[in-house]
Amino acid sequence: MKAAPTTASVPGKRSMTVRAWIANYGVYVALALLVVINAIITPHFLTVDNFRLQLIQTAPVLIVALGMAMVIGTKGIDLSVGSVMALSAAIMPLYIGYGTVPAILVGILAGGLSGLMIGVLVSYFGIQPIVATLAVLIGGRGLANVIGGEIKNLSDPGLAALGSGSVLGIPYSVLSAVILVLIVAFLMRRTTFGIMVEAIGGNKLAAELAGIRIRTVLVSVYVLSGLLAAFAGVLVAARSQASDPRTLGLLMELSAIAAVVIGGTSLAGGKVRILGTVGGALLMQLIVSTLVSHNIPDSVSQMVQAVVIVVAVALQVGRRKT
Amino acid sequence: MLALAARGLNKSFSGVHVLHDVDFSLRPGTIHTIVGENGAGKSTLIKSLTGVYQAETGSIELAGAEVRFNHPSQAQDAGVSTVYQEVNLVPLLSVARNIFLGREPRNRLGLIDLRALNRRAAEVVRDLGIDVDVTAELGVLGLGVQQMIALARAVTTEARVVIMDEPTSSLERREVEVLFSVARRLRDQGVGIVFISHRLDELWELCDEVTILRDGRVVHTGPMHELDRRSLISAMLGRDIAEHGVTSFTESDSSETAAEVVLEAKDLSAPGRLHSVDVTVREGEIVGLAGLLGSGRSEIVKAIYGGLETSSGQITVEGRTVRRGSVPAALRAGIALLSEDRKAEGIVPELSVRDNIILGILPRVSNAGVLSNRRIDELVEQWIRRLGIKVSSSTQLLSELSGGNQQKMLIARWLCTEPSAFLLDEPTRGIDVGAKQEVQALIDELAEKGMAVVLISSETEELVAGSDTILVLRDGEISEVLTDDQVDNARLLSALVDGGQR
Amino acid sequence: MTTASTAEAAPAGAGTRTRVEKLARLTQRNGALVILLGLILVSSFAFPSFASVGNLSQIALQAAFLAPLALGLTFVIFTGGIDLSVGSVFALGGVLAAWASQYGFLTAVLVPLIVCTLIGLVQGAIVAFTSIPSFIVTLAGLLFARGLLLALTEEGSETYKVPADAAFLELSRGSFLGLGFPVWIVIVLFAVGVLVLHRTSYGSTLLAIGGQPDAARLMGLPVLRSTLIVFAVSGTMAGSAGALTASYTASGVTTLGVGLELTAIAAVVLGGTLLTGGAGTVVGSLVGVVLLQVVANLINRMGLTNSNWQAVVNGAVLLVVAVAQVLLSRVQAKERARRRGGEADAPEPG
Repeated sequence: MKAAPTTASVPGKRSMTVRAWIANYGVYVALALLVVINAIITPHFLTVDNFRLQLIQTAPVLIVALGMAMVIGTKGIDLSVGSVMALSAAIMPLYIGYGTVPAILVGILAGGLSGLMIGVLVSYFGIQPIVATLAVLIGGRGLANVIGGEIKNLSDPGLAALGSGSVLGIPYSVLSAVILVLIVAFLMRRTTFGIMVEAIGGNKLAAELAGIRIRTVLVSVYVLSGLLAAFAGVLVAARSQASDPRTLGLLMELSAIAAVVIGGTSLAGGKVRILGTVGGALLMQLIVSTLVSHNIPDSVSQMVQAVVIVVAVALQVGRRKT
Repeated sequence: MLALAARGLNKSFSGVHVLHDVDFSLRPGTIHTIVGENGAGKSTLIKSLTGVYQAETGSIELAGAEVRFNHPSQAQDAGVSTVYQEVNLVPLLSVARNIFLGREPRNRLGLIDLRALNRRAAEVVRDLGIDVDVTAELGVLGLGVQQMIALARAVTTEARVVIMDEPTSSLERREVEVLFSVARRLRDQGVGIVFISHRLDELWELCDEVTILRDGRVVHTGPMHELDRRSLISAMLGRDIAEHGVTSFTESDSSETAAEVVLEAKDLSAPGRLHSVDVTVREGEIVGLAGLLGSGRSEIVKAIYGGLETSSGQITVEGRTVRRGSVPAALRAGIALLSEDRKAEGIVPELSVRDNIILGILPRVSNAGVLSNRRIDELVEQWIRRLGIKVSSSTQLLSELSGGNQQKMLIARWLCTEPSAFLLDEPTRGIDVGAKQEVQALIDELAEKGMAVVLISSETEELVAGSDTILVLRDGEISEVLTDDQVDNARLLSALVDGGQR
Repeated sequence: MTTASTAEAAPAGAGTRTRVEKLARLTQRNGALVILLGLILVSSFAFPSFASVGNLSQIALQAAFLAPLALGLTFVIFTGGIDLSVGSVFALGGVLAAWASQYGFLTAVLVPLIVCTLIGLVQGAIVAFTSIPSFIVTLAGLLFARGLLLALTEEGSETYKVPADAAFLELSRGSFLGLGFPVWIVIVLFAVGVLVLHRTSYGSTLLAIGGQPDAARLMGLPVLRSTLIVFAVSGTMAGSAGALTASYTASGVTTLGVGLELTAIAAVVLGGTLLTGGAGTVVGSLVGVVLLQVVANLINRMGLTNSNWQAVVNGAVLLVVAVAQVLLSRVQAKERARRRGGEADAPEPG
């Protein structure tokens, strides 16, 4: 019986086009520019070793960002990812005695459970995603610290292989990131799940009236995000041969959200851009590595990152409507 | 001098002309109502007067001086206050705080003088004849009181014009009476009031003047008492067939009453909205639901489809009982609903036409969750062709389509589900004439092929031409049933006017 | 709707709440206080040394370092926003105060306050003028403040010491009427906070922004300005808490404050302020802060020396409170609907 909901139509659609173009393709342009600039100013930039390193360092952010992209596609947000990474890395050492694979599986399972809890809270209890995931951001890292304590060495040959081994010259971590990108892209583009995710983010009421089971989809999305974050945690721990729950995955939520949004996925939900997310993750990594390779201190690098993120997200979302 | 005057307002949204040269004059010390069915341009006019929208052409004068409002707050500062259907106050603050929010009396230290605040607020509400404790939190009060507090706030801003947009729609009768006495008091103080309500009886009770809108044009303006209910409704719905053109419904010979019952809803009730409604639709039959705005027509189809919480009732499709309150269950049983609010409940603008069409049949176009492009393309191409949906390709974003094509796409979405009962809520609203006739012809064709159809329309011609049976609703109850040769325009209009008059 | 609903509707003025509704509301508002008092009572019996003056004033002092942070955050949350940068800004404030203390008392206090206010102001401006959600802006702010802190301390290797004879030390170590200065400072700050919330239009404006953003704009309230100020003040509060801590520890410890924003959020939410904005109490946040300190104290006493349990508790508290808030709100909405004769304003699913 709501006669006149205030759905103000947007008259100024022309000014959108430039912004829309930046939102969709800006990330690739920026990426290309940065590569060109680096090729000129950074020594040894255009080497296989360097590319290898860049990709290895991008892999964890990218994997986390994949889950984040799906969550944001449903108009949600997942702030728990960094803590979930720490949690899975902290749990792994406890089970490493049973072998590499069981340990990894337990670590990933922990992420899935955390996602399940968040999903249930969001979809069945109606808790805002930001609140539910914030709670896990707080408690998850605490739990990781309690379990993991100080830095633990993970001198397991299997993990070492996962961390630094490669097949046909491609590091395992990069390979797994590529495979996950393909899987998630497949999920989003070629399955009913992808359509349901975007439909829920785009118009929840319409999706519900089309018979889509909103709650099931939402829970699945958060579980997937938890699984992916946990796997990223495993990768980071495997590469450093250690798990330090205090720092592992710290501020990962910010990098992942930045990668997703810079890649053109709208925070308003309804659209998931996987290739853009890949671009966003690479861009974020390249910015950091550019600063590092020119001996910019960590402090300045952090400040620059903060500014870049705000500016890039501002370009995507635009000015406040009054 | 007029309190508020609009001259020659024009406004359109994405090519659809919503206001045509609308003139409107509000004299001080009068209560003036604007009436019209959904889509007549009522709310657009109000929003243009209060700065939410800006009209493309035309002028607005406030107390004789031309004004231009780019934002609602500008209108408010100039003395045009609006009381909305949903109260726009802060529920967790006290009544007094709400009345004076942003303009509180201060003491010497610059802090709010709570005593003065409460005293002045108490004076304001007493002057208006409202009985309320001003220190009470607004949110715990009834909606009626909240509306009155919103009015009280308008008074203290020294408004010269107060616009009340459906303030009574969720009020009890007694609350309405108090609200009216407050409104009259304001009028007597010389304030010009615009009052909007879909409860027509209230208009004669309260209003001095009336302006009737239809299809974005003013079709009548004058003193309220010169109109009776019948002429008001006739003007509102528009009886001149010539203007609306012929519909594309063909008179079907629906004499074969022996056809099987497809959809049956018995004793359907929803708290405060529907009261024990029965609907029966046979194979190939089109049952029209008529009623004025707020009579419960949309609620019936929503309830049948599981989208509205019901307290009792039984729904069966082809003899099998359907679980109430579950959309998936209704869909599985073969019910489909084309919703009235295309934008809020139908389209997913950022998805492609293709994805939008298959939204209701995802399990059927996939194997273990993996989409079958072949099946989808077949289906989508077929429906795009059959319904003549104009798209550059099936991957075009839905938001780029015109209203008519969006509507056809939605119809395609529901036809994909192969429903045995199709509920259509205002299927032709807001789409151009060509698309309208195509949609009407399609509905006819569907019924001829044996589908059970429920049709809601606020255009009487469309209902009369399309329906085999018409159920007339009033206040959530069926007040009259028109069958066979009773289905004609005059009969329907008088049923709408007199039916169930209390 | 006039037809079926019962005739004996309440008279227009009376909005009497049912007992269930009142109880739910009371729990929502004052649950933390009840838990706090109960916990203190039980602990006093369980641990004889708990109720000692020494232990209680220790708890009060500990709470005093977190309380300003929670106060600033409370006002941000009123508007429906969040400030995740407070932990970093807190650490920055501490380092700045320790560094500036060599130039005298006034600089030691003013430098951190000014810098931290500026950081808050910039964040507020971004939140007010763009449509970036505040959690992203302040996460970036967290990163920025941490970077700035590293830049000031030779990438974290330098720890500034407060000179042993500095008057600045007195700020945290002195006492008046048996209560330490920090406790007094917090009492004054919260008193001002209460006044601002209840006795200025700024307070109601913030609640209006959080509760009914459209209404706030339609009423012509200064939404942009208020948003700007609220983030700036949050920065000031975080900076002042940092400065207090620096005075207490006599140094600018760079690693402090990591995750402190999360403790502060837990305290605010525990105190009864809704994370959705639009409702809450200032005093409740203080109760929340004290409650968390008491819990920390008890965790220690129970032999869980690992301080990380505190974070686990904070997270769990946040979840439990969030769920309880939703359930309590549902109860109230249901009761209200029942009272009004069935006009269904059922909460939307999911």
